[in-house]
Amino acid sequence: MKAAAFYDVDGTLISTNVVHIYGWYALNVPTLTGRLQRGARLAAALPFYAVADRVGRKFFNDIFYRNYRGIGEDRLYVLGEELFDKVIKGKVFQDMLELMKRSRAEGYAQVLVTGALDTIVAPLARYLEVDHWFANRLEIIDGEATGQLVPPVLAGPQKAETLRRFALEHGYDLNACRAYADSASDIPMLSAVGRPVAVNPDTTLKATATAHDWPIMWAK
Amino acid sequence: MARPRPRITRDPNIEFVDDKTGPLVAFHGTRFKEISLPRGSRVIYPNPPMEPIGNLKAAIRYALNHPEDSEPLFAKLRPGMKLTIAVDDISLPLPPMQRPDVRELLLTEVLKLCADYGVDDIHIIVAICLHRRMTGPEIKRMVGDKIFDTYWPDRLYNHDAEDPDGIVEVGVTPEGDHVRLNRRAVESDLLIYVNLNLVPMNGGHKSVTVGLCDYKSVSAHHNTHTLHKCHSYFDPRPQSSQLQNIMDRMGRLVDEKLDVFHIETTINNRMFGGLISHLNRPERTWSDFDRAKFHASNAALDRMPEAARRKIFDQIAAPYGVIAVHAGKTEPTHQKILQKSFEQYAVPVKGQADVLVMGVAPITPYSVYSIMNPILVQVMVLGYLFNMYRGVPLVKEGGVIIAFHPCREEFHREHHPSYVEFYHRMLAISTNSYDIHKFEKEFVENPDYIHMYRKGHAYHPVHPFYMWYWGDAGRKWVKNQVIIVDADHPRVPTQLGWHNARTLDEALEMAQTMTGKSVPEVSMFHCPPIMICDVEA
Repeated sequence: MKAAAFYDVDGTLISTNVVHIYGWYALNVPTLTGRLQRGARLAAALPFYAVADRVGRKFFNDIFYRNYRGIGEDRLYVLGEELFDKVIKGKVFQDMLELMKRSRAEGYAQVLVTGALDTIVAPLARYLEVDHWFANRLEIIDGEATGQLVPPVLAGPQKAETLRRFALEHGYDLNACRAYADSASDIPMLSAVGRPVAVNPDTTLKATATAHDWPIMWAK
Repeated sequence: MARPRPRITRDPNIEFVDDKTGPLVAFHGTRFKEISLPRGSRVIYPNPPMEPIGNLKAAIRYALNHPEDSEPLFAKLRPGMKLTIAVDDISLPLPPMQRPDVRELLLTEVLKLCADYGVDDIHIIVAICLHRRMTGPEIKRMVGDKIFDTYWPDRLYNHDAEDPDGIVEVGVTPEGDHVRLNRRAVESDLLIYVNLNLVPMNGGHKSVTVGLCDYKSVSAHHNTHTLHKCHSYFDPRPQSSQLQNIMDRMGRLVDEKLDVFHIETTINNRMFGGLISHLNRPERTWSDFDRAKFHASNAALDRMPEAARRKIFDQIAAPYGVIAVHAGKTEPTHQKILQKSFEQYAVPVKGQADVLVMGVAPITPYSVYSIMNPILVQVMVLGYLFNMYRGVPLVKEGGVIIAFHPCREEFHREHHPSYVEFYHRMLAISTNSYDIHKFEKEFVENPDYIHMYRKGHAYHPVHPFYMWYWGDAGRKWVKNQVIIVDADHPRVPTQLGWHNARTLDEALEMAQTMTGKSVPEVSMFHCPPIMICDVEA
């Protein structure tokens, strides 16, 4: 491999985000009351999450992942596989699949760097046949999620740090590496490599990409 | 401002500047400059537009039924056959022509014939080669609503030079050129090419061989080595254009292996219509109303932002008239079209100039509905305008080109992503094509750029390299002595290896130093409209 291509996942490779994924878990809680409670709580909190994400991805993660408190570890993994098969697989951008295929053929190691949960990313990584992946993990105590993420939490600058360390360990020149992301929170990750690409960018990332002459790509 | 008075010269295309000559008008990108050249300077004007064909539909039908060196089209059609029709893309003509586009008329007649003869398996492919994919609305404008609604998008689409399953090798020429073309076109029983010739470089073997090929195939002739062996891209004679020679030998192989029926057209040089129709004519023929319109429009343009000016020029379609339609075998058809094309464009000129002055209009084949970025300005000056000659160049070897263009450091993000990197990175390394060439592979293998070409509307990543090579002959001839007058972003000419001047007078003084002549001979190439000068030294 001559270098690595790093991909954010939500919005970049798939058209879902962490809220959709938790929604799936919430709607698959075994009891009706549990489903109603979690579903209603999520719906009510949506505007708050939107604001939290604007404050910062780390802040958002701290707040959002509390929703998972009390969900069993086995359930997280079983439902994760099911969620992948039933929902996420159909939401993968075909354009990005082709891009990854070409990128692999050109000799780039394929690496996912995402703030999503490992329970979802593991089956996705198998499906995409990537070489490495980095995702967030929920803290599990006594078989149940505490609602906290295991540090270091992958978000914003931590993603950049993760890919820098990865490149160093594998002897890749960061200048030759590529990174793909859709959100302004990933600007540190994009800035860490020599070949950043904004994929389906939000307004802030689009402005940044334009200002820095980064290519902008639209995938579906 | 005094109105220019008519001058009596022996040649209707040539005027010499004297005390009575009024200001001349030069394009300055999306604006205009009124300029005064030194006394004795020569101004070269294009021919007036030729009369278009009166009954174009009848002419098309006649061409299809009386083709050159081929049986008529109807005799080639049979029920159940697989037919592919390839059409030229948005890069022609410039500016885009008023509706109906001649391609719509041609396609309508061809499809009518196909329906009569029971041909149903028809695909229409826009032969973009490595250009950007045309959008649905752009294709609709080109082929007309009816054809678009019937065929788009499953049977009317853009060629994809990077589709791993969509390209097949037709063969290899004795010289080793790989001819690789669109699979659907190759596997069809008949391939019809619907062409529109704007300049003599278009059409002929270039249509199929280049329009439907891939990078490997096009790199057989689009390379520094070949382009350095060209004397003028607009002179298709074998002794003048090695580019044409290679395309011809590849095209002959295509004609051997495939059944190709060529339909070629050419148009007059009526590029401007409506409120700006006076731009088709020399300033001396402008009426007072024309001058008033010019001043009003120029003042308005000056006060607008660049994006608005571009939008205005994008909206003005050209009232081109078709002056010839021929069909049949590639070579005899093309010869007839070339003859008519040169009848329109050829302007006899005696003697070269030390200094060539030109305005650069916001019109290039690669910036339709887009931005004319610095690399495209370069190709317009050194690749196109410089090359519009047969015989010898209009400017002497080691002479100077003075060009008017704002040279803004702007790029269209969707259309020209690889141009951005080329401009900033490659030109920082060198302006010499042989130095730059070794980075071509890196661009061509860039998965992001390839993705943007295939799925978005980006030019192929190699395209800025070709644009740079295209300017090589001119760059070498004038030793890159190009002076840009009144650039909005002076760092652009510097990055291109050129020079900046604030005014024409300053540019002329610089040209004196560069040529070493206190009174250099100055000529103005008053284009557009298009002309090709037959220059005798």
